[in-house]
Amino acid sequence: MGNKRTYTITQLNKIAQDIRQDIIRMLEHAGSGHSAGPLGMADVFTALYFDILNHDPKNPDWADRDIFLLSNGHIVPVLYATMAHAGYFNTKELMTLRQFGSRLQGHPERKLLPGLESTSGPLGSGLGQACGIGLAMHMDNVTHRWIYVATGDGELNEGSNWEAIMLAAKYKLSNIIAIVDRNYIQIDGGTEDVMPLEDLSSKWESFGWHVQEVDGNNIESVIDACSMARAITNQPSVIIAHTIPGKGVPFMEYDFRWHGIPPDKAQAKEALHDLRTLKGKIEGEHQ
Amino acid sequence: MSMFLVDTLQDLVVEPMKKGYGRGLLEAGKNNLQIVALSSDVVGSTGTDEFTKEFPERFIEVGIAEQNLVAVASGMAAMNKVPVAAAYAAFMPGRCWEQIRTTICINDRPVVLVGTHAGISDAPDAATHQMLEDIAIMRSLPNMVVVAPCDSEEARKAIIDATSLDKPIYIRIARDDTPIITTTKTPFIIGKANVFKEGSDITIISTGRSTYHALLAASILDKDNINAEIVHCSTIKPLDESTILKSVKKTGKVVVTEEHQITGGLGGAVAELLGEEYPVPMRRVGVKDRFGESGKPDDLLRAMGLTPTHIAMAAHQLIG
Repeated sequence: MGNKRTYTITQLNKIAQDIRQDIIRMLEHAGSGHSAGPLGMADVFTALYFDILNHDPKNPDWADRDIFLLSNGHIVPVLYATMAHAGYFNTKELMTLRQFGSRLQGHPERKLLPGLESTSGPLGSGLGQACGIGLAMHMDNVTHRWIYVATGDGELNEGSNWEAIMLAAKYKLSNIIAIVDRNYIQIDGGTEDVMPLEDLSSKWESFGWHVQEVDGNNIESVIDACSMARAITNQPSVIIAHTIPGKGVPFMEYDFRWHGIPPDKAQAKEALHDLRTLKGKIEGEHQ
Repeated sequence: MSMFLVDTLQDLVVEPMKKGYGRGLLEAGKNNLQIVALSSDVVGSTGTDEFTKEFPERFIEVGIAEQNLVAVASGMAAMNKVPVAAAYAAFMPGRCWEQIRTTICINDRPVVLVGTHAGISDAPDAATHQMLEDIAIMRSLPNMVVVAPCDSEEARKAIIDATSLDKPIYIRIARDDTPIITTTKTPFIIGKANVFKEGSDITIISTGRSTYHALLAASILDKDNINAEIVHCSTIKPLDESTILKSVKKTGKVVVTEEHQITGGLGGAVAELLGEEYPVPMRRVGVKDRFGESGKPDDLLRAMGLTPTHIAMAAHQLIG
């Protein structure tokens, strides 16, 4: 069964911080990959896998599970780290990220790792797949399962998203809850410079979705927003989660240049120190 | 004629392949309640309407959005539905190849894709709508099966078998009235080529609508005392290598014909096989690195060098 209300917010914050440290270790070890997005979304993923989702890490194919789709596959280090901490596999395997023969591919490949619901990487296909899953659930009168889809904000440049956004509203797919990582960066710069998205909230609303904006680095807010979204019964829901890219590592925070690169050894050491000490506020546990 | 084909090529009944596809989808849909149909605003022109009238609750209209058509189909397959997505081949797979590659092939979701109006059969609509590259882009995808039926009866069988294949599959059908050369008794197995006419002097390998033209070419060659063997490759991927090699080892010469670019299609697939396994003199009758144009189908067949006479001429070139 799921992990509902097993953890306090304090515990969840601690888990998110552990996940961030693993993300840094994984990326440094892999030598390539994306840093900012995974760190920024660690709180949302912790909220999902340790509170919101109805799932069973020991039985990933459980027929009544909620479905989580990662549309922006490049932030998969946070998904792997979260899944490992949730019990899908041993955290030791995290260090195989991006290595030959690893189940932890550079972008997620469903068939290799139980618990992954889809293959992704090329942007703009998660919402469409969510629509297919949601439609199938409607056809089968399944009302107790939810589909959560994480997308990037830059990802919304892809027109295929808006095809899916229209479809979900047309068919009133209230079983879909999209979570947009609104961190205002993409690979070439700020989202509003590369391709302006604002007024993003109004865009979704005018397409027929129920819209909430939350602080995506506040686990309690994310949990509450998902509860609210599940209460909406006649339209799909989107939660625009405002996150800090690179969250927890001061030299990465808000800097778009960390979107698509990993830390080197020295940077990883500094990042881990920042994460253990909560940016120097507390004394670190040196492991 | 062998293989339980029609008795004669004279006065054949003609029908668009979509009719057979539509009947087959309805038939399969009655037997398998998990089958769902998806359309991108082309229900009528793809022949999906028979199914949608009978099973409106199992039909999804995604609007003019082929990228989403594919992603939605992938999601439905994830929930153990058997999605059948039909659209003009120029738009699907033309518009949405990446979604097919990622959400269906790498993701390994058993979706049935039906590309209609393929080849030059959408003649008046001109170059943009005449899909001549779909076999190439689809057969290069791992996990994808590619089938091009020769008439409406084979299209009926193809969709029925595709819905129980449990693998990603692309079915390519033509738009126009096509002579019906097969019968309910003609064998059809995905992955298996059929020798539609036995011969000893040359092998003509064909797929889709071109198989009818290949049979007509065989009649022309008969008059010149050339006995052509006609191998109908309804499945282009996986290629039925043993049937092709057996025929070519017997005849020593091969012509391949198709309504597709000569690069990357069936001709390319056969050349890849024979180049490695059994090189023999070969000619490819297909579209030669150009796009189509408006006209009647016969105008285009002539302009592109795809008529039975052209196929027979290619055979003559090899026989000398």
